[in-house]
Amino acid sequence: MNIKQNIKTLIVEKPLKLDCGQTINNFPLAYETYGSLNNEKDNAILVFHALTGDQFVTGINPVTKKDGWWSYAVGSGKSIDTDKYFVICANVIGGCMGSFGPSHENPKTKKIYGTDFPVITINDMVNAQINLLDFFGIKKLFSVIGGSMGGMQVLQFISNYPDKAKTAIPIACTSSHSAQNIAFNELGRQAIAADHNWSDGDYDSKNIVPDKGLAVARMAAHITYLSKKGLQEKFGRKLQKRDDLKFGFDADFQIESYLRYQGSVFVDRFDANSYLYITRAMDYFDLVKQFNGNLSDAFKNTKAKFFVISFTSDWLYPTQENKDIVIALNAVGANVGFVEIESDKGHDSFLLNVSDFLKALKNFLDKSYAEKHS
Amino acid sequence: MKPEYKIISDLIEKDAKVLDVGCNDGTLMEFLKTNKNANIRGIEISKEKVQICIAKGLTVIEGNAEFDLKQFPNDSFEYVVLGQTLQAFINPETVIKELLRVGNKAIVTIPNFGHWKVRLNLLFKGTMPITNSLPHDWYNTPNIHMCTIKDFVRFSKIINFKIFKSLALINENVSDINNSNLIFKNLFGELGIFLIEK
Repeated sequence: MNIKQNIKTLIVEKPLKLDCGQTINNFPLAYETYGSLNNEKDNAILVFHALTGDQFVTGINPVTKKDGWWSYAVGSGKSIDTDKYFVICANVIGGCMGSFGPSHENPKTKKIYGTDFPVITINDMVNAQINLLDFFGIKKLFSVIGGSMGGMQVLQFISNYPDKAKTAIPIACTSSHSAQNIAFNELGRQAIAADHNWSDGDYDSKNIVPDKGLAVARMAAHITYLSKKGLQEKFGRKLQKRDDLKFGFDADFQIESYLRYQGSVFVDRFDANSYLYITRAMDYFDLVKQFNGNLSDAFKNTKAKFFVISFTSDWLYPTQENKDIVIALNAVGANVGFVEIESDKGHDSFLLNVSDFLKALKNFLDKSYAEKHS
Repeated sequence: MKPEYKIISDLIEKDAKVLDVGCNDGTLMEFLKTNKNANIRGIEISKEKVQICIAKGLTVIEGNAEFDLKQFPNDSFEYVVLGQTLQAFINPETVIKELLRVGNKAIVTIPNFGHWKVRLNLLFKGTMPITNSLPHDWYNTPNIHMCTIKDFVRFSKIINFKIFKSLALINENVSDINNSNLIFKNLFGELGIFLIEK
């Protein structure tokens, strides 16, 4: 596959003990960077991607040929200004864009790992990515930023490495994955498992893909990223290229057609086993439990300045769950700001052109950066 | 900048940890940061105002002081400032108690409803008073619990907190309020400024 030529990879030699008990070493961590690291090496921002994201944050993704997933927020003159900051993003381990994941070959069996790949956690993802700091010679990041699962990584990163970032921006996330969110993830996993092609994860050796199951998983998840109001306004009951109902099970409605399309394009770029592993990592995320029921303890050693952001119409990671993070931070006297952005675009708001959000993000970063340089 | 900001600033020591409750556009926060090197946080209910504060590089939490002060542990701040908003709360008693739980001391300012202009307004016009500091009509005012300087002094005895220092603002001049001049200050003071403790 020549697409791999476009992927920068760091081979992490240092052994990494995973939460499941296994230790991995000499594993690949695929990453991309934007902007340039200054001489003081104090302008670096580590961006963490969400469930189906990858290291190609902005510009044209060289693999999918589409816009990077955070093109609205990251780039020259944008909120995360690449003229000013050095942006690093790595594909999470367990992922399928070059980092060590279930589609990699198991040296023992000479077959792809599939479900023999160790179950990974948000903690493991973060512990893998810390190696990027050494690689670039960065002592302290200017910021760690992420939305959704990326936000969980922000929280875990600060908890694990309290003095490795000046600022931290967890967006539309939670400190403990809710039952509702586990339920939606399970729905996605079961859709994949119900696809005969999945073959208990061994589809690669049979040269088949569980594309139907993965597409259904994506369709279901996609609904959770939007809001009822947003869906109603965009699609309503509009019909798809027809004047009337066809009395069949074809996609009569635009929303059906839209979801089918979202499902079909997703299977071209995402690996079904990776989907299982990453959703599992999200479900296992419970920073509250990691600190025996007291989330504040996760942040008691950090001097990082936090900015927590939520969205009014996000019912997947609702404002209250974001506020719980703020409360925990206040309990240890951390420096934390919080804003709930008005938007009817649901959980996806953080990925879209939501001007109040982009403005707040830019102002927080630029002011914090100016502060330490004044 | 409001004239009382300088007075509030004078009540606060250098480098103090301060929470500005209802911090609005952050003007007072900036003033205290510059003049007192205060370690300052704000809480503000309006999303637009929060955005303005972020643009100024201030640490502000969007929230409702009536419900969201409880997220702060006891004695989190040396000073908690509540500027001209006590009258807008559903339960001012709870708010005062929360201010004094979260902070060692609190600075509360109140627009004085006992001011002579307010009294004359009601007496002669027979309608709810509208003044520079109280510009709303009765039906759209956020100020549901107006009080006078004298009321606030009485309030301190009823719900049991100490008034450490009380000041009146008259024509941009500040003066002390004491037992002997209370009637006078309650008639002429536009604003009461109180430094209170548990």
